[in-house]
Amino acid sequence: MSDPIEAVMASEVTIASDVDVVTARQRGRELAAELTFSRGDQTVIAAAISEIARNILTYAGRGTVRMSIKHDGDRSAVVVVARDDGPGIADITLAMRDGYSTSGGLGVGLGGARQLMDEFELISAVGEGTTITMRKWHPRVHAR
Amino acid sequence: MEVPILKQGDYLIASIQSALTDADLTQLRESLGERVGRFRSRGVIVDVTAVDVMDSFAVRTLRDLAHTTWLRGAETVIVGIQPDVAFAMVQLGLTLKGVATALDLEEGLAFLDSQVKHRRRRV
Repeated sequence: MSDPIEAVMASEVTIASDVDVVTARQRGRELAAELTFSRGDQTVIAAAISEIARNILTYAGRGTVRMSIKHDGDRSAVVVVARDDGPGIADITLAMRDGYSTSGGLGVGLGGARQLMDEFELISAVGEGTTITMRKWHPRVHAR
Repeated sequence: MEVPILKQGDYLIASIQSALTDADLTQLRESLGERVGRFRSRGVIVDVTAVDVMDSFAVRTLRDLAHTTWLRGAETVIVGIQPDVAFAMVQLGLTLKGVATALDLEEGLAFLDSQVKHRRRRV
């Protein structure tokens, strides 16, 4: 499964405080800039990372956000994997719904992040934590 | 990093200079609420020109900030939301509804001037 190119540029940020949320989204933006995503897309990716990192902080308290680049034929993606060992999500459909929140937030986090990215997968079970994988694709840029 | 708050006549101007943490934003909300009282301010401008991402927490805090200062007798206007930041906010469903916005500092000051006059006339 592991793509050797994917490992070339990767960055993992431990999410344990609000400062880490900022670090994670800044790293994501740098990675997106590396793939020559537009400034608009860089912001979109950074916003999505901010939401899922915040989700870790709010519900699990601690976790990781790993960001990497994946190449597939003539396109490349920023891949973001957020993992935590928190309480997990009992009803994923409900959690993804716009406006749904158990924390008193705006309830846009997960659904919003899905809106911002091209691909979004959420794996979670009660008591077993949550893993979110998101990708945003861009035409491949060949090394100069 | 704490956000510097500038007093300009009847107004307070907070210019957010860098990537803010949640704690910085919460502190800004509290400082402004307190200073509106201390300086008897009529208006607040929060300049977010340098902010490169606005997520749900930031938007909620800015909205709460605007409502808090309004309850304290001052109008708030958020200025300088960048086009790409605005686009990402819309995608996230974050519209800052009910909060005044303006293109830049100049427009924000003009907006406050008109609002404050209007408020005085009503009283």
